[in-house]
This record gives sequence, structure tokens and C-alpha cells, in this order.
Amino acid sequence: MKQENNEKALLQGLARNDKKAIETIYRENYNMIQVLVINNNGSAEEAKDIFQEAMIVLYEKVRSGTFELTCQIKTYVYSVCRRLWLKRLQQLNRYSQEVAGLEASVPVEEEIEEHEKRNAEFEMMDKAISHLGEPCKSLIEAYYLQKKTMQEIAAGFGYTNADNAKTQKYKCLMRLKKIFFAQYKNGNSDG
Amino acid sequence: MDDIQILNLVERYIRGEMNPDERLHFENLRKSNPEIDQLVVEHTLFLQQMNRFGEWKKFKSSLHDTHLRLAEQGKINSSKLKGKAKIVYLWNRYKRVAAIAAMIAGVTTLTVTALVNFLSPNADNARLQELSRDIQNIKRQQNVQGSEVNNLKNKINQQTIPFKAGGTGFLIDGKGYLVTNAHIIRNSKNIAVINNKGDQFKAVLVKEYFDKDIAVLKIDDENFKTMASIPYSISKTASEVAEPIFILGYPRNDVVYNEGYLSAKTGFNGDTLSCQLGIAANRGNSGGPVFNHDGEVIGILSTKETEAEGVAFAIQSKYIYEIIDDLKKDTVYHTLKLPVKSNVRGLDKKQQVKKLQDYVFMVKGD
Repeated sequence: MKQENNEKALLQGLARNDKKAIETIYRENYNMIQVLVINNNGSAEEAKDIFQEAMIVLYEKVRSGTFELTCQIKTYVYSVCRRLWLKRLQQLNRYSQEVAGLEASVPVEEEIEEHEKRNAEFEMMDKAISHLGEPCKSLIEAYYLQKKTMQEIAAGFGYTNADNAKTQKYKCLMRLKKIFFAQYKNGNSDG
Repeated sequence: MDDIQILNLVERYIRGEMNPDERLHFENLRKSNPEIDQLVVEHTLFLQQMNRFGEWKKFKSSLHDTHLRLAEQGKINSSKLKGKAKIVYLWNRYKRVAAIAAMIAGVTTLTVTALVNFLSPNADNARLQELSRDIQNIKRQQNVQGSEVNNLKNKINQQTIPFKAGGTGFLIDGKGYLVTNAHIIRNSKNIAVINNKGDQFKAVLVKEYFDKDIAVLKIDDENFKTMASIPYSISKTASEVAEPIFILGYPRNDVVYNEGYLSAKTGFNGDTLSCQLGIAANRGNSGGPVFNHDGEVIGILSTKETEAEGVAFAIQSKYIYEIIDDLKKDTVYHTLKLPVKSNVRGLDKKQQVKKLQDYVFMVKGD
């Protein structure tokens, strides 16, 4: 019972992007995944990628609010990693029979599919923002991601007043939205 | 109103930064102007996506920082293993050479030890003696092994485990599940199995049943490849007295064949768990499979009578089903599947043994 509460608290922390919670989950599960990946044809670097991806799956899951953990975090992370690694091996044509491991696993197909879709969306956004070039990229990131006010931005970027900064930001935003919605529609019609 | 102002209004509206009057005014504007309404819908979607994207990026960078921090503090094995992976790769590349060197060294030592063992008297007084083979000789042999093996082993930080107890085990599921005698690996922290080609794999204990003297192991080694189909089946029924049987096992470092017959349906002092065999079994045969002439496993060789030569006892194979049923209660082992059909039926002994021996392993514990 105590452990269950502990895990609940950890997940709540994770949803808040709490440093301690992330660190605890990381510390308690990473080595297991590294062993899994290295024992199955992978490197430490790949283990890190896979593990972090699984952490993102878990993060998205707890953020969605509907998540009820029906198994231990460990089992969940292990299952996701195992599945992700199998997929990766297949993509790299390094697939060898099956990923061996003794730990229990739970079905995670749906989550991974959702995650991959979201990942594609975010990567699209990332690319769209990079495509803007400077100063647009920094402006957009400062305003929409770091949530700075237009006054702070004007000062930081050396605009004479907030209105100038607003005009520049508006132009950048229009370009970004154009790229974003073009891709968004494409992405949606594809899938 | 220009576009910049409109967008500003839309953003403030979506974020709920407007005061009630402004809000009412804007909502009226939205109702009367479909373009603005469209902009609100579109921008809400965009901002949502932006926010989630921002959180995603933030979380990714926290993960990255956490990894670096934990690796620096040594709380995860990361940086250390980067180097190790390379060495593991080298080890994999050269292990064949190493294995050949080890085998040559092994055969030499074994011959010497076999001679010594043969000449020294057996001081064991217990009437019923477990067939565990003392692997002191292997320990000694490991010391003699070529410097190449030792160097490679040191490089990958693998301590040489001084294995003491040894016996035989056989696969019951191609994914790497073996059964053997529980007494062989009693109190062992490290378990290894070796196939008839001399390849050693790490194994872990899945569960041991001391009442039946059966243990289930799982090979847990990157070099182990799942074996497609197991050529023998496991008999559910007791065999008939006088039925010819044969065994495969590792009383020494090579797989050894021997034949005999089923002499009684019960074991020592009428023990119903086991059956009695008329066969010459040696130390190290313990845990090995007992086959009938159809290539079905009818038992697990476990003990021998010390006062009479050529009498051994085997645990009846139906108990393998019992323990597998027990294991399957755990969802982890749900996929465990015992081989149901023997495909060596009707072949001659030579062919049968050729096919079967790949699935019989030497089991070592420390």
C-alpha cells in the first residue's frame, strides 16, 4: 500500500515536471533498460534514447489526466521500452528473433502509437520554428514558450519599444502559422 | 483595427486576460464577424499545440539534465558502460578463438583430473548420494586457460566465478527455459549453462521446488539465440517397467550417452515421486533427461544408489507438468510452452542423440 502511494506521488510529481520525481524514476529504472538494450544488440547511447522516449510516454500519459496506473512504474517503463526497442531494431533491420528479458510486461501498443503521432507533430513544430530563422525563432520561443512579456522581449532583443517588437512578432507568427497549418492539414489528411 | 491589434485581442481573449466588459464586447464582435470567429478557433488550436510543444521541450531538457547529473554522480551506469559496450563487442568477435583455446586447455586438464579421480578412493558413506559433480577441476582448468581468455575477461570486468557444483539440465522451452535438479544449484548465486559445443551462457533461477528436487532456470545471455523447436516431448504418463531408456548428461565436459532400462515405477524405498532405473550414472548426470526410445522425456535423473552399482533414480516427468502449471500462474511465464511432440520417433539411436544433444546443457553453480 505504501509503495502504491509512493508511486502515485511520483507520477503526480512527474506531471508537474518536478525535478525530484523525474530523478527518482530515472534512477530506479534506467539501469534495467540499459541492460535490456545492450543485451539485445544495442548501445548505451541507444538505451538512453529509448529510456527517455519511454519517460515521455509516461509523462504524456500522466498529463492526460485519465491515466490510472494498473501496474508498477517499473513494469510500465519496461514494457514501453521493450516495445520501442523492438520497433527500432526492426527499422534498423537488426531484428533478431525476439527481445529477451525476464521482466513482466503489459500491453502498451496504443500508447506507443499515440506517442509516435504526437512526437511527429512536435517534431514538425520544431522544424517549422527552426525554418523561421533568426530573429523570428528566438522571438517566438521567448513569447510562446518562455512566456516572456512583450516589454521584456523588447528590452532583451534591443527593440526601441514594445510596439516594434509586437510588429516583428506578428510577422514571424504569421509565417509560422502558415507553415504549421499547411503541415497540420497534410498530416491529418495522411492519417 | 489592424491585424496586429486583432491578433492581440484574440490572444488576450483565449488566455482569459480580458475584463468582463471587454470580453462581452469581443464576443459580440466574434458573433458578428465570422472571420474573427475563425481566427479564434484557429489560434486556440495553435496556442494549445504551442503550449504542449513547449512543455514537451522542457520535459526533454529536464530528462537530458537528469541523465547527465545522475551519470556524473555515478547513480546510473551510463558513461561507464559506453566503454564496456565496445569491449563486449570485441569479446563477441574474439570469443570463438577464446573458446577454442579454452576447450584445448579443458580437454588436457580433464584427462589428468579424470585419471586422478579414477585412482583415488571414494570416501562417501551416504547411502543415497546426490550426483552433483564437484567442479574443482574446472576451476583449476580456468586458471590454466590461455592468457587471451583471461585478458579478455578482465577487460570486461567479468570476474571468474569459481563454480563448484555441476550437473545437467535440458531445455523445455526454446526461449531458454531449462529444468534441472534443485540440489545442483542450491545456494548458488551465479549459474551458468554450457551446451555441447562449449558455449557458456549465464542463467538465472526462475524457481526451485525442493520437495520435488526440480529447478527451472532461464538462460539470460545476449549470446543465446532462441532455439526453434525442441525435438523431444515430455511424457505425461508413467512408463512401463523394462522399457529401454537412455540418458544424456555431462559427467565430464562432453555430453555422454548411456543406456539402460526402467526397473521400477517407484523410487528409493517406494518413493512415488521418482522411478528406478537400471543404468550406470555418474556424478554430473544429475538433472539430465531420461529418454525412452521414442525420444520422449520420461524423467529427470536425480540420485543414485551408492551401495549398488548401476542403479539410479529419476523424478517422473509428469511432475514437470505440475511445476509448469504452477509457474504459469504468474503472468510472466504465461507464454511458457512445453514441447508436445517428439520428432525423433522412429529414428535410430545415433540420429536421435545427434538431434537431442543440442538441447542438453551442463549446469554449473557456485
